[in-house]
Order: sequence, then C-alpha cells, then structure tokens
Amino acid sequence: MRTDFAFVGVMIVSAALLMGVTLLAASFLRPKKPNTAKLSTYECGMETVGDTWVQFRVNYYILALVFVLFDIEAILLFPIAVAFNALPLFAVLNVVLFILVLLAALLYAWRKGALDWE
Amino acid sequence: MNVADLETVLPFLLLATGGVALLLVDLAVPQARKSLTGWLAFVVALAAGVSALALVSGKTMKGFAGMVQADAFAYFADVLLCVVAALVILLSLRYHTARGLMRGEFYPLLLLSLSGMSLAVHAADLLVVFLAIELLSIPLYVLSGFARPRLESEEAALKYFLTGAFASGFLVYGVALIYGASGTTALGDLRAALLDNPALTSDALLMAGLALVMVGLLFKIAAVPFHFWAPDVYEGAPTTVTAFMATATKAAAFLALMRVVAGFAALSPSLAQPFEVADALRPMLALIAAITMIVGNVTALAQQNVKRMLAYSSIAHAGYALAGVASGDATAVLFYLAAYAFATLAAFVVLIAVGSTEGNEDHRYEAYAGLGRRAPLLGVIMALAMFSLIGIPPTAGFVGKYFLFRAVVASDLTWLAVIGVLTSALSAAFYLRVLMVLFMREPETAPEAEPAALAADAPRMVAAYVSAAAVLLIGVFPSAVLALLTGGELVALVR
Amino acid sequence: MEPTSFVVFLSSVLFVIGALGVLLRRNALMIFMSIELMLNAANLAFVAFAQRWAQLAGQVFVFFVMTVAAAEVAVGLALIVTIFRTKRSTSVDELAQLRG
Repeated sequence: MRTDFAFVGVMIVSAALLMGVTLLAASFLRPKKPNTAKLSTYECGMETVGDTWVQFRVNYYILALVFVLFDIEAILLFPIAVAFNALPLFAVLNVVLFILVLLAALLYAWRKGALDWE
Repeated sequence: MNVADLETVLPFLLLATGGVALLLVDLAVPQARKSLTGWLAFVVALAAGVSALALVSGKTMKGFAGMVQADAFAYFADVLLCVVAALVILLSLRYHTARGLMRGEFYPLLLLSLSGMSLAVHAADLLVVFLAIELLSIPLYVLSGFARPRLESEEAALKYFLTGAFASGFLVYGVALIYGASGTTALGDLRAALLDNPALTSDALLMAGLALVMVGLLFKIAAVPFHFWAPDVYEGAPTTVTAFMATATKAAAFLALMRVVAGFAALSPSLAQPFEVADALRPMLALIAAITMIVGNVTALAQQNVKRMLAYSSIAHAGYALAGVASGDATAVLFYLAAYAFATLAAFVVLIAVGSTEGNEDHRYEAYAGLGRRAPLLGVIMALAMFSLIGIPPTAGFVGKYFLFRAVVASDLTWLAVIGVLTSALSAAFYLRVLMVLFMREPETAPEAEPAALAADAPRMVAAYVSAAAVLLIGVFPSAVLALLTGGELVALVR
Repeated sequence: MEPTSFVVFLSSVLFVIGALGVLLRRNALMIFMSIELMLNAANLAFVAFAQRWAQLAGQVFVFFVMTVAAAEVAVGLALIVTIFRTKRSTSVDELAQLRG
C-alpha cells in the first residue's frame, strides 16, 4: 500500500513539473500584445446579455432540495438491500417504518405544492 | 434489537411519531384554526412527559445494542423537557396569532426538536450524541427564522445555523478520532477500554478527539469562549423559540455533555460518585465554568434590552451548571437546570405578554417602565423569576445554587464556588434593575390604551401560574424533586 | 507510518482547510461549503479507521453523517435563499441587525 502512495506522489510531482515547465517556457517565448478582446472573459460562443445573476424560478431550487434529501436518504437502504436475506422480521418492520416516514415527508411536500411546476 | 428496546426510548418515540403525524394532520387543519395543531402538540408533549414520569423509578436499562440508556437521569430530563415544551406551546398560541406567525409547522418542528433532546439525554454512544444534537438543532434553525420575513429573525436563524453546523463539524470529527483511537464509540465500551488499556489514556488521537467533542458540546451550551452566537440568536428569534432554546436545549445538551465526560472518567481515577469526572478534565471544566460565570454576568450588566440580558443570563447560568459538571455531581446539575428552566420560563412569560403585539417587539428596559403596576400579575411573576435567578430563598434558584455550590466545595474546588457566589451577588444588580423598572419607574410617554396583549389570555395564564408555582414549590419542597432523581437504584451516567 | 495514517492525515488537512474556511470566508455560502468539507473530512476519517479496526461500523457511521449533512444542506440553503431575498446579499458582515 505504501508503494501505491509513492506512485501517487511521483505522479503528482511529475505532473506539477510538467505543467510548471511548460507554462514557464511559454511565458518567456510568447509575444505579449494584449487588447480588450483578448482580455475579456468568455466561456464559449456569445457574450452574455444582461446580468448573469438572474433569478431562477423558485421551483427549481425547491425541487432540487427535495431531490437532494430523498436521494441521500436512499443510501440508508443500501446496507439493508445487501443484508436482506439475513434480516430478522423486526428489522424488516423497521425498514418499512423508515420508508413510511419518508412517504410522510413526500406527502407533506406534495400537499404543500413543492412538486407542482405551475 | 427487539421490541423491549423500544421501551428504553419511549418518550422519544412518542415525540418523534407525534411530530411526523402532526405534520400530516396539520395539512388538513384550515389556516384559521391552527391553534388546533398547537393543542394536539400540547397533548403529545404531555403524553411523552407522563410516560417518562411513569418510567423514572424503573431499572437502568440499555437498548439498541448499547446505543441508548434509560435511567433516572434521562427520564427526569425527559419530564423536564416535556413540561417546558408544553408550557412553551401554551405561551405561543396567542403570541403567534398576534404577530402573524400562526403557521402550522411550528408545532411539529417543536416536537421534532424535543424528540432530539429526548434522544440526547438517553444517548450512551457518541454517534447517538451526534445524531440527537443534530435532530434537536436542525428544527431549531428553522424555528429561529420562523418570523420571516423579519430580518432580525432571518439573521438569527442564519447565525445559529452557521455556528451550530460549525460546532457539529467539530463534534463529528472528534467522534471520528475517538473511534480511531479506541475502536468504539459506545461510552460504556470506551470506559472499559480505558480501564483495560492504560496506554490509551495518554493516546494523542484520543485526546484530540475528546477536545474536539468538548468544543462541539460547549458550543451548544454556549459556554465562554464559544458563546458569541447566543445573544444575537436569542434576541433575533421569536420570543417563544428563545424561551424554548434557553431552557430545554440547555438541559438536554448538558446531560449529553455529562455522559460524555463520564465516559472518559477512567482517564484518571477520581472521587465523585455516582457520576465521575476524570481529574485530567476537571481543571479545564472548572476554568471554563469560572470564565463563563464572570463573562456572562458582567456582560449582562451592560445590556439595555431585557431579552438580550436574559441571553447573557443564560450564558452565566450555563457557567454555574458547568461548575457542577466539574464537581462531578450530576444530581445537583440536573436539579439546578430544572430550577433555572422554570425561573427563565417565568421571565419569558412576561416577555411574551409584552411582545404579543403587531409591529416591532420592544424589549428595551424603558418599554417595561411601570408594567408591574399596570399588570400586577406579570410584575409578581417577573419578581419571582428574578429572585430565583439571583438565588434568593425560598425560590428554586436558591436551593439549586445551594446544592450546586455544596457539590463544588465537596470536590475541592472551593475557589470556583467563591467565584460562583460573588458573581451571583453581582447578578443581583441587573436582575433587580428589571424589577426597579417594572415597579418604580414611570413610563416616559403615557402608555396608550392598555395593549390588548397584556389582557388575560387563558393558556398564557396557565403557563404563568405553572412556572411560578414550580419556582416556589421546587424551592420549598426540593426533596420531592430529588426523590425523582434518586428514587430508583443508584444510577451511573455511563455503565 | 501505517497506511491508515496517510488517509487520516489527508482527512485532518481537509478538516483544517474547512475550519479555516469557516473562520476566514465572509460569504454565507462559502462558509457553508467549508462546513461541508469538515463533515466530509470526518467521513474520510471514519472510513480510514473502519479499515484500521477491520469493522463495518465505521463505514455505517458515514451513512449517518451523510444523511445529516443532507438535512443540513436543505435547511441551510433554504435559510440562505430566504435571507438573500430580503437583503440581496449573502455576506455575513452585512448581518449586523443584532448588536448589543
């Protein structure tokens, strides 16, 4: 295992060297003629119109939050799925209870309109 | 795991089930009748309190493979927490209507936070401590911001959230390090491991883990120097939420802290029974207690706002209780927390009565001028609360401080008890100032027609009488309360 | 150093970066991300120690910490969005309504 980490270390060092040497060499060799077009930020294609910090529809973020919660709760079901054949009945009932609590939360979100798009 | 395990956390189960069920029930409650949700929550809290009262003298049991412990300490704290929550619900009905906060989610969130507190006092495993602290905190973050779109409430919520989550980061990393050093997170196994393996008692990883866990918990009880968030949060949150945080959260976090300290008692042999504290930890705890008492009381002296003064008062009282933790007497600490909780709640009855108006709540001292004469009942209740917080007989605060300082002196920390007595004397200055304003000072501007909020409101009056009666009865018959704690077998925080 | 120590060392570095981020950053979102980094540092430490003790328990703890972190994300982001709507800013320096 220690040697595995040594490989990672060598990799990091050589990657840093490669990048550093390339950039350093380029900064000496390249011509420097800045103008506004060159210095402007761009990602790809068009320049943005207006303020990029526009407000998204609030539905996006409510849906996203609901998704994150239910998505993460699902990981608690993975160990149960793995051990399912060896579980006693009481443990299965607990799992059912857990899912019922999640269902209650879903019902609440639904009735509160968090899932509606319009 | 089997059905018998469920009994060890019965109050928690009632509260959690009730909270989730109430969230759904509330969907069917029309907006005009949200007080119905409040009453249902009141019933759930009382039911959990009664179940804890029925179990308090039973045997000490462990459940869920040693994750939780059911003993007299835990059930006593459950009873205290449920009573406090029930009173807060009574206080909130009118206050929320008046301030336009009558949203149904308040009560399920309160119950869920309460269930976290109940789990925290039963915790026998560091992981359960972490989960319980999170379960009690996350609903409280929301509750602090409940008065949105009022900026001060939102600001309190965000500050509470950021500091609270920061503290949880320390707590959980500390748990990870302790697990790494000892291979277990169960407090009982940890104690056994420390006894079996003396090399572990000087393990750097374990010490670092313990330090981080302590920092996380000291944040939650708002001990100096981890207290800076408390005044802002207490001031900005809706007053009912502040009342709940200042009393119940503190009690729950203290019992969790004591269990963690007891789990590490085997770091070095020690004297106190039944709850032990390692000699290695006592100087640190005593020092933080002393600083907290001094800073809390001195800063409270400078406040111009009653609500903020009570926030610093809660910091100061955390210092007293922490002195009790350093002495190793869990009974004295729990008794003190109960006395403090009822006195503070009685004071908040008056604040909530004053704050039950539309528009801005005004808790500056001037706003209280002459209130004791216009509303004598509120004046008397405030007087009782202030006397109890100072520690004047025959109130609960006096007996609480007596037991506490006796335990502190008995554990060779006389200097700490001296600081406690001196700062208590100092605290009389700002507690009595409230009474001066209430009874002696004339209002600068003639108050307009008596605000409707001060008029009698039946649930609030019940809460007022119950908390005032508790302050007096605990002060006059302390043995009845102590009997709850020591009625069963001799209990240990960690076994 | 035994292999676990490398991972624990990495996790402690992450934890310190997170803690410093909380103390030095002035934007509520960045503070929040730093807190998440602290929690994930703890997760990494749990996994490493689970390997040291050859136990599954340590890995199960990670699941709990992750779900708690998700709950915190939901509440925290909601709070930050709410306060942004009122104030149009997420800088904690501008949260100065409450002063003693």
